[in-house]
Amino acid sequence: MIGLQHYLVVSAILFVMGVLGIFINRKNVIIILMAIELILLSVNINMVAFSAFLGDLVGQVFSMFILTVAAGEAAIGLAILVIYFRGRGTIAVDDVNRMKG
Amino acid sequence: MIHVLAFYLFAILVVSSGALTILSRNPVHSVLWLILAFFNAAGLMILLGAEFIAMLLVIVYVGAVAVLFLFVVMMLDIDFAELRAGFVDYLPFGILIALVLLAEIVLGIGIWSAGPIELAQRAAPANPELSNIQAIGGLLYTRYIFLFEAAGIVLLVAMIGAIVLTHRARGGVKGQNVAKQNRRRPQDAVRNINQPVGQGVEL
Repeated sequence: MIGLQHYLVVSAILFVMGVLGIFINRKNVIIILMAIELILLSVNINMVAFSAFLGDLVGQVFSMFILTVAAGEAAIGLAILVIYFRGRGTIAVDDVNRMKG
Repeated sequence: MIHVLAFYLFAILVVSSGALTILSRNPVHSVLWLILAFFNAAGLMILLGAEFIAMLLVIVYVGAVAVLFLFVVMMLDIDFAELRAGFVDYLPFGILIALVLLAEIVLGIGIWSAGPIELAQRAAPANPELSNIQAIGGLLYTRYIFLFEAAGIVLLVAMIGAIVLTHRARGGVKGQNVAKQNRRRPQDAVRNINQPVGQGVEL
């Protein structure tokens, strides 16, 4: 029978894959944003799995808020990407050092 | 039996499409794999009995976020081959980090399952008589109403932020200036002249 551990393992693999995606596509911001979406998706799976197996609905409510924040983050991230591309003509994030932070 | 089969189908598909999202050469393919991953995650959530979140995933992620990604990928004219340089250089380090992270998470799950965590009480016990959407709606509009409105504000701020960031004032655009039109008086705009015969009009 499928238990909580199965869902947690799927979520863990997806999370690690998102982190790996950030590391191996270090120049391409679009893929990095997609990897962040994968990470948030795995967190959502985790939340919903715990919510279902513990019989507590709060996990699903919070999963909805995670989704909201993920949507806002994607919108703002892509807007920043568009203005960055407009100014520089490339999206390589290796040389984002204009602010000298 | 069908539950087990469906779980493994969705799990394998979500993991493999997640892998293809970060590995494919073409970002358009990446977005399409991401959409497949979202669909299969929605399937997993249906299996868990969370229909509302599953539908939200399909509507919000596939319908809005993934399409937004697709628009941006297709709108920007980018040399993706150049961005892909260094992929192999980063691969060993990335895999190392990923393996360490995976080991830690598996350790965490193992510790968690070794000793059961007894929560003192459920914050919102699921009522088996209500459907999932009814129960979530009951929670969202009563106990979590302020959080729900805060989520609305987050979306509003994101929308305004995205518009402000990408908006640019273009030169040479002829717009209507209503105040200027209303300020215009007849004596400023109209002139009576006594035009002599045989001469052009001096404007």
